[in-house]
Amino acid sequence: MSFSNIFLRPFHTSKECYHIIKMSRLRVVDNSEIGRRAMAEGKPPKCIHVYNKKGVGTIGDKVLVAILGEKKKGILVGVKKHQPPRVPKFDTNNIVLIDDTGTPLGNRIHVPIPVMLRTILKEKTFAKGVDYTKILAIASRFV
Amino acid sequence: MFSNLYRQCLVEKHFVYNLFPLCKWSQCFASSQPELATESTIQAFEEPEKRSIKLEQRFIYPEFLPDPKIEWRNSIRERLERQDMLKRRSQIEIPEFYVGTIMAVTSFTPHSTSKKNRFLGICIQRKGCGLRATFVLRNIIDNLGTEVAYHLYDPTIEKIEVIRLEKRLDDELFYLRDALPEYSTFPLDMEPVILPDNTPIPVNTTQVILKPRPWVGRWERTDFKGINREHMMTLISDKMKMQIAKHQKPWEKYDLMKQYRATIPEEEQKEIFAEVYSQLHQLELGKKKSKRIRTFVKPKKSA
Repeated sequence: MSFSNIFLRPFHTSKECYHIIKMSRLRVVDNSEIGRRAMAEGKPPKCIHVYNKKGVGTIGDKVLVAILGEKKKGILVGVKKHQPPRVPKFDTNNIVLIDDTGTPLGNRIHVPIPVMLRTILKEKTFAKGVDYTKILAIASRFV
Repeated sequence: MFSNLYRQCLVEKHFVYNLFPLCKWSQCFASSQPELATESTIQAFEEPEKRSIKLEQRFIYPEFLPDPKIEWRNSIRERLERQDMLKRRSQIEIPEFYVGTIMAVTSFTPHSTSKKNRFLGICIQRKGCGLRATFVLRNIIDNLGTEVAYHLYDPTIEKIEVIRLEKRLDDELFYLRDALPEYSTFPLDMEPVILPDNTPIPVNTTQVILKPRPWVGRWERTDFKGINREHMMTLISDKMKMQIAKHQKPWEKYDLMKQYRATIPEEEQKEIFAEVYSQLHQLELGKKKSKRIRTFVKPKKSA
């Protein structure tokens, strides 16, 4: 490889990490009206904020997404990035849309979700705050 | 390459040392000597069965061999790890498996109400040495590709089942992520297929058809035999085709030092397996015995 080639390259050569950061495209996996329409039109939601200190989302994190010109909140229920042992890694970055009280917009999740989400979401739920555990009730399968 | 050289030396040494005992043996044995350079003849000289068993074990128990990286070698730690591995193996049955084998792992989890979690899938990678040995299972569940990595000696694993014991053409099958879903879809309630004893491990020679790009890897630049190359060439651009030759490294197979640094020498392998052989053998015998007990079904009275 010639010397000039290195500087002319417009791309980086390291392997991608599949981090969920701002502007990442996600996939809605519940049957909410807006989510289904967005996926069918080929306009998957875009992450515009990750509600944690790192700015990189992982399983159980809340994200703000731009979906069909609207702002919605969602919970990540499966990610593509490398995971520690015994934690499932999926082929897509999946979210379930929720409203401000934590109630999911759809009433069914049609993909498997990780078992550890049970504990994570229970920990994040407070007595008079947002109740995330309703997502677990609409899940069809855990892995 | 080095091991070949070593074997050559070994053959000559054996030839010299074993001439005398050879003469003492029967004539027919001596007459079958012309093909001296083959491995089987070396085995015939010394430790007739043991040697072949020991060298075969590097495929069955690859994690018993330490990491060949010299900076990370530590003979005491390696020995301690081997003892721990044997202890773990006496607790649970860790079966023989290869990349391409369909397996199911039941592990304890604090997250679910049943406290147990079972995942079935095809083994797409097996790596790591000692207690850090891991394997990755892949399956497509509800049309979504799911992968789970496990430590082989994880104390939270309750049971490892081999559903279909087979090998593939490659050492890792990450290209299944980009292959059509039917190649990595297995029903979660798959029935185990039991091979009769002493049969060679079947090799699955399927060549997968890839989905159109984008892919997770540059599969056109690799030489995986499990990918249907003809079909793959129809999916890539002319520019990519031109770049294939540029990225090939045909000199690597002549790089003796690279090969040497990536492998454990034969003498050391034999030493390690001699150390663990008796215990592994005992475990295997116990496994066979328990299997026989389990398969026994009490005949029912008719009428």
